[in-house]
Amino acid sequence: MSILINKDTKIITQGITGKTGQFHTEKCIEYANGKNCFVAGVNPKKAGETIFDVPIYASVKEAAQKTGATVSVIYVPPAGAADAIWEAAEADLDLAICITEGIPVRDMLVVRNKMKEKIARGGKKTLLLGPNCPGLITPDEVKIGIMPGHIHRKGRIGIVSRSGTLTYEAVAQVTELGLGQSSAVGIGGDPINGLKHIDIMQMFNDDPDTDAVIMIGEIGGPDEAEAARWCKDHMKKPVVGFIAGVTAPAGKRMGHAGALISGGADTADAKLAIMEACGFKVTRNPSEMGKLLKTLL
Amino acid sequence: MKIHEYQGKQILKKFGVTTPRGIHCTTVDAAVKAAETLGGKIWVVKAQIHAGGRGKGGGVKVATSLEKVREYAGQILGMQLVTHQTGPEGQKVRHLLIEEGADIQHEYYVAALTDRATQTVAMMASYEGGMDIEEVAHKTPEKIVKVFINPLTGLSDEQALTLAKGMGMNEASIPRCVDTLKKLYTCYMETDASLAEINPLIHEGDGTVKALDAKFNFDANALYRQPEIVAMRDLDEEDPDEIEASRFDLAYISLDGNIGCLVNGAGLAMATMDTIKLFGAEPANFLDVGGGATTEKVTEAFKIMLRNPKVKGILVNIFGGIMRCDTIATGVVAAAREVHLSVPLVVRMKGTNEDLGKKILAESGLPIIAADTMAEAATRIVAAVK
Repeated sequence: MSILINKDTKIITQGITGKTGQFHTEKCIEYANGKNCFVAGVNPKKAGETIFDVPIYASVKEAAQKTGATVSVIYVPPAGAADAIWEAAEADLDLAICITEGIPVRDMLVVRNKMKEKIARGGKKTLLLGPNCPGLITPDEVKIGIMPGHIHRKGRIGIVSRSGTLTYEAVAQVTELGLGQSSAVGIGGDPINGLKHIDIMQMFNDDPDTDAVIMIGEIGGPDEAEAARWCKDHMKKPVVGFIAGVTAPAGKRMGHAGALISGGADTADAKLAIMEACGFKVTRNPSEMGKLLKTLL
Repeated sequence: MKIHEYQGKQILKKFGVTTPRGIHCTTVDAAVKAAETLGGKIWVVKAQIHAGGRGKGGGVKVATSLEKVREYAGQILGMQLVTHQTGPEGQKVRHLLIEEGADIQHEYYVAALTDRATQTVAMMASYEGGMDIEEVAHKTPEKIVKVFINPLTGLSDEQALTLAKGMGMNEASIPRCVDTLKKLYTCYMETDASLAEINPLIHEGDGTVKALDAKFNFDANALYRQPEIVAMRDLDEEDPDEIEASRFDLAYISLDGNIGCLVNGAGLAMATMDTIKLFGAEPANFLDVGGGATTEKVTEAFKIMLRNPKVKGILVNIFGGIMRCDTIATGVVAAAREVHLSVPLVVRMKGTNEDLGKKILAESGLPIIAADTMAEAATRIVAAVK
């Protein structure tokens, strides 16, 4: 078991013919069971062609109908990425993973509200991971996204983070300690996104193959605090927490659009304090995340 | 991206929000001429910088004669205006806004911003205008009324009325206030703003509702489709090193410490800064070289960091994923040679082709200090600069 994806997941790649899409699709196909998982690509102008032996369809809907795929990964450039997310939702997929960085916030606001309205009308719920995220991986089964596959190792630790390279850092520490990951999830650095820390923590809590979790956050927004409060009452597994940005000045955008301290309750110190009060083992030293986790097992 | 007040008011005006008549100028003579053109007996001379708190810092003055306009414009233009948002060195005033006086009956607060928790646009209003809204929110949160707007349906009449009444707007001005709020919402959406704040919004004796200030912030991701907004960018108001960095697609923010850091990924960059602090020093900057760190980009990153005279050492922390460590190592060696690096350099590399990368650094003949973990890297650079 794992969360969200496994070796049997069938995946559509939206933006498969672009430079980024091609580069990462090839790497994903090479990883573990990728050859059997990546079953379709989408490009209306290249329907009927194939790339890396993957058939290209004109729309997500057609690709899903022909292949039975339930998940899509999106590499479409920023100006069209929100429409690509909506296309995945309209095709009633289970999960859309949007890697694209730099989508206008207004476009994300609109598509997120369209997705919510669809569910309110009784339509099928499509989960969204990202945008501006590295994707997710279940080691030795399937990798969907841009993370380096070889640093992962199959195991029983769940990892969730907003940041890409900081996720890799935690993954590498866990792997070096001889442990491994059940799944590692990057939820992305944008202010308006889909799945949040709290959603992923719930999934790890319910996953019988996850024993403990590393939850990594950043300055800005209420998400980490919300997840911590939920964990206080429900989480049955030990959690290590780290928040990046203790040294970040207020009011400055630190690379990620979501990483901007605007209030006071969203500073790294405030979040660390809430996480600690909710039973997390927090560290201010990001090199110690793995070691700290090992002491909790 | 931020803009000046006079530009913000141009945008508001375009969307139908009433603003005082005003003229933007950059010289004392032009300021006096502007006052003459506007006519009347009272003018406001306002410093234009990208920071709040201008009034308290002496950057806003009310003049009752053309001589006073000349005197105040002379005082304000060219001054280093210090406010709680500029830092102790202040910001040089290069632009003025000369405005007609307003018949202020009461000052209110109104703003639109994106609310990440509800994934809607939040509009806030308060009776307590003209002062720092953070202070109002802290001391008397009940005095701020908020509505959350679904972007698919927009600001409803009912919501606008809730705001107008909730902010205690003068009864006779409520219809005009509702109209202003709806125009502000449209303006916020259509310009891809991330903040649109009017503080104060006033009502005048004849019931007119008017924006006496305008503060905007725009979503950097959407600038590609907002050429009019981009044209309003004032590079004089931005950090020259940050501008230079953005030309090379580097995310750079200068800070107060003495250890420069070069990292790939925003989260890892912040974590690296935090680790430097944890081990007793302060970072001199945030610098994310991104995914495609070429030799050219790394070289430019070194140059930008080293322009800061406070930098006494550099820490490079790279997690090689798709970007291989040997590529980065080659870039670091070339960059260090090109800039004739004279401060200590600690490099921590992890990930794809790590061993090859370390070998390139070791064989370069440069005095590069290697480290295996972030903590080790921070310890070594802190020791090296002491």
